[in-house]
Formats: sequence, C-alpha cells, structure tokens
Amino acid sequence: MTDISTPHDTAAPPKRRSRLMSTLAADRKAQAGLAVLVLFLLAGIFAPLLAQFDPNEMTLDMMGGLSWQHPLGTDDLGRDLLSRILYGTRVSLFIGFATVALALVIGVTLGLVAGYFGGWVDMVIMRYIDLQWAFPNFIIAVYLVAVFGTGLLNVIVAISLAFVDDFARIARSMTLTLREEQYIDAARVLGFSKARTLLIHVMPNAVAPIIVQATVSVSYAILGEASLSFLGLGVDANTPTWGLILADGRGFITRAWWLGVFPGLAIMLVVLSINFIGDWLRDALDVRQQV
Amino acid sequence: MPLLAVENLAIDVERDGQTHRLVHDASFSVERGETLAIVGESGSGKSLSALAVIGLLSEGLGIAGGSITFDGRDITKLDEQAHNALRGSEISMIFQEPMTSLNPVRSIGHQITEGMRLKLGLSRRAAKARAIDLLEEVGISDPAQRLKQYPHQLSGGMRQRVMIAIALACKPSLILADEPTTALDVTIQAQILSLTSRICRDHGVGLVLITHNLGIVARYAQNVAVMYGGRIVEQATAAELYRAPMHHYTRGLLSSVPRLDIPRNVPLSPIAGAPPDPLQVVPGCRFHPRCAAATERCGQEVPAPHHHGGHQVACWHPVIERPEHAMVQA
Repeated sequence: MTDISTPHDTAAPPKRRSRLMSTLAADRKAQAGLAVLVLFLLAGIFAPLLAQFDPNEMTLDMMGGLSWQHPLGTDDLGRDLLSRILYGTRVSLFIGFATVALALVIGVTLGLVAGYFGGWVDMVIMRYIDLQWAFPNFIIAVYLVAVFGTGLLNVIVAISLAFVDDFARIARSMTLTLREEQYIDAARVLGFSKARTLLIHVMPNAVAPIIVQATVSVSYAILGEASLSFLGLGVDANTPTWGLILADGRGFITRAWWLGVFPGLAIMLVVLSINFIGDWLRDALDVRQQV
Repeated sequence: MPLLAVENLAIDVERDGQTHRLVHDASFSVERGETLAIVGESGSGKSLSALAVIGLLSEGLGIAGGSITFDGRDITKLDEQAHNALRGSEISMIFQEPMTSLNPVRSIGHQITEGMRLKLGLSRRAAKARAIDLLEEVGISDPAQRLKQYPHQLSGGMRQRVMIAIALACKPSLILADEPTTALDVTIQAQILSLTSRICRDHGVGLVLITHNLGIVARYAQNVAVMYGGRIVEQATAAELYRAPMHHYTRGLLSSVPRLDIPRNVPLSPIAGAPPDPLQVVPGCRFHPRCAAATERCGQEVPAPHHHGGHQVACWHPVIERPEHAMVQA
C-alpha cells in the first residue's frame, strides 16, 4: 500500500485488490468512514466485554447525568446508556446490513430479469414495483410488521421488502441500456447462456448506481429500524437498539439531553461512514476510472 | 462438401402486421480456409444473412425459406440451446465496432478465456496459456501484461485484434466478420484484414467477410458475392469479378472507386440514385431504376441467377466482355 500508482505505470494496471487499496490510500473520507465503522463493529462484537452494566439492569440512579460510573448517563429506568448503545450496535448494524443485502439480492434479480427479458415478464414485475412505488417505503414496512408481528427477523424482512423497488428500478433501467450494447451481442455470439450473460456481463456494468443505492439504503435501514422501534413496531422491548433508546428517551429529552444526543450521534456516525465507504467502493470498482 | 452452404435463403421482417421480405433467394458457400466476401450497400441484406447463419436475427426477423447447412447439417431448425452450443465453438463473429464490442468492466484476459473455459473446458492455467498464444498470434506485444488490462486501455486497432483473438478462442471452423475494419484508421484496416485472412487460412477456418468496400476485398477474398436490395446479383471468384464484372451494379461499384491504374483526369462515375428502401417493393430487377441498360423486361421480371463463364449473375443484360476489352486486372 506504500506505493501509490503514478501515471507512468498505467501499462501494468493494479490487480483488483491493490486497486481497492490504492484508491483507499487517496481517499481520506473513506479511511475515516472505514475506521469509524470498524470501531462500531468491534464495539458491537465485544459489547459484553466493553459494557460495564447489563443493558437491561435497572438502578436507582435514574436519569443521572454524565459521570465516571455512567459515562453517557442513565435513562429513566436507571439503565446505563453506554452499555445500551454498545449492545444496540449489534442489532442496528445487523439490521442495516442484512436488510440491504436481502433487498439488493431480490431487487437486483427482479430488475435484471425484467430489463433483459422484457415482454410480459417485464410487465408483471414492473407493475408490482409500481404498486410498491405508490406507497412510501416506511408505510410498507409498518404494514408488513403490523401483519407479521414484531421481532428482529420480521423487521428485517419488512424493511428489505420495502427497499426492493428501488433496487429493481435501478437494475432494470441499467439493464435496458446495457442489453443494447454490442458487447452483450458479442457475448451472445460466443454462445453464453442468458443467465451467464446477465450475471457476468450485464450486472458488473450496473454496479456503480447499485452501490450508491445500497449505501444510502443501509442508512435508511438503520433509520427505518429506529423509526419502527420508535413506534413500538420494532424488535422486542428487551433488545436495546438505537431506535428504541431514542424512542424511550424522547419523553425526557428536556431533562436528560444525553438520551437523545448519544444514540442519535451513533446513528449519524454509522450512516455517514457507510456513505463515505460507498463512494470509495464506487470509485474503486469502476475500472474505467484512472487510479 | 463445403463448410457452410446457404441455399435460397429468405429472411422476412414482420412490421405493423405486414410481412416484408428483406433477403431473397440468397445462396452462397464457404470452404474451410477460404474467404468469401459479401459486398453491398447498407440495407442490402448482407449483415442479415450473416446473423441468420449464426442464429441471432433480432426479434421480428425470421428465416422464411431456404436452408443453411453447416458442416453437413441444417442449422435453421436448431433450437436456442443447440444454437448456443454451436456459437463460439463452431461459428464465431467479429463485429464492426471494436470500441463497443468489448465489455468495459472485464479484463481482456477474462474475455478471451471465458469462452475457452466454458466451451473447451480448459483449466484456468491452460486457458491463460492459450490466451497468451492467441494474443501473440494476432500481433499484440507483451501479451501476459495485456491480459490484465481493460478495454479502455487499448487502442481501436488493438481492440479489434483482441476481438479476433476472442473469435478464435474456441477454435471455430467458421468466422463471420461484419465490416471488421469500418471503425478503424485506414492504415490499420489493411493490417487487420490481412491478419484475419491469414489466420483463417492458417487454421483452416472459413471466413465470411461482410463489407461495403469492394476495394478491400480484392486482396483478401477468394470469392465475392455482390448483394443489392436483398439479392445476390453477382457471384464469382475475386479475380474473375474484377477482371470482367458482368452485372451493371458491380460495374458501377467498381467504377465509383478511385484506382491507381486509371488516369487521374478521368472522373469517377457514381451510380445515380439511391438504394431502395428495403421495405419497398420494386418489381423486376431491383436495380433497374438506377441501371443505364434497363429495358422494359427488367422492370417486370426478376432475373434468376444463371452461370456465365465462371460468374453467377442475376441480370437480363449482363455485360459480356471479350478478353481484349477486359478491365485492367485489380
């Protein structure tokens, strides 16, 4: 990673991995984003070691301010806020990534198929997407949770289904342009199957806008979970998540500002760092861009 | 038995519920290691004929009659899967636009080896070794390095060389080249053409060279078929065609190309008029509205191709020259 490519050695382009590295070396925002995200990931993984208290353990020190014992204060039930945020990292990050992964796989598949095959397949898929498009994402998530009940898995499925339409639309529009490209014809001339043409030749060309959408969606998913929890439709009340902490604290925000600020700050930092990482990935994966 | 024998091929298009015939009664054949040039203007049906051979006519277009016999079997009746098995490994194609025919996000190495690994079942290592050999053969320096590069790092001529390497990768016995040099600099055109025809000859690969430039085919093709308005109007060996063109359209094409062996003060004579709209019906010979020798009969009856002194010509009034008046050999 020490040698950043100079314009002179463009004749020997770096391999994919070193390309990731060399773009990272030049991208301060991505470095910061990656550092913050790794920090949060570690915090989530080692929450039981880092947290001084059980996140659900109540003490009589209710709504205590910032102190050595409770660095981020305590909430209305006397629970240690730092411990709750540390444990909450697990759920919030998991929801953020799992939802987007699910939405991405389903949405991109639908979009690729609709765009490439056209005809009635396209009609059926896109009318469904239009239907979904007609409702705000959040309403769909609320509806799904209301139908299937609360709980971690249901929240993930609900939020990801709500995001499917965005991915499908982007993938379809990219596919519609890409399938007219001559290199797709060239792939057909070589006798590659449709699935292979789609996955190996069409999809990689559509990756840039999908990555942008994915990073934005991770943020939305974390916020979505927070909103659902805030409404009492999220994961169960014993699981501390950032959204739940915010929701619980909202009634006391005038007396205990830390209950709003710290979970909010955690959400903001993660969302911001994911966006930076997304920008970096988009640049790094676009081979047409000079490193 | 020829490698590829196209007999009485007819291609129709469905437009607004009506069926129009775009290619009529086209017959041509290619032997292994031999080059056939199909020459014609845009819309003459030359690319369509090639696409029909490889089974990639776009939607709405269809083979309406005739047969395409490749290596002894009729391939017009094959289903998609059987066609897919044929493509790449038996019949391959080189496109007109090297700038857009390579996938921008895949490395050269990936694009060359993909077909080999899939169709020939080569291992990663064997495919790479073959890719290096192929790149060397098409005249690309430092092939091992090039494999790691992406299309945008190569020039147009280099990309077309890569396309040739990809077309050759799965050891096909027939290559269709659809105007392979149109998008290239003039200086590169000759290199690419001679490279393509030399490689095809060396490997015993049949080559169908589709072009609108009659001038370039003389050196590289053994046989030439001239298409006009969806019909093959004249077919002969390249030498014969240049020596004594018999169809008035062929003659018009040849006299509209500047030549070094004709005095410079003799003006070029273009063919008057424009080629017909492929969807428009022209009775009789499709060339008769532009033909100086046209008679009443030309506007009524379609001339059937007939053999005449080594030529196959579809014309009611073919030009038959005696040797002493023959045009100077190209």
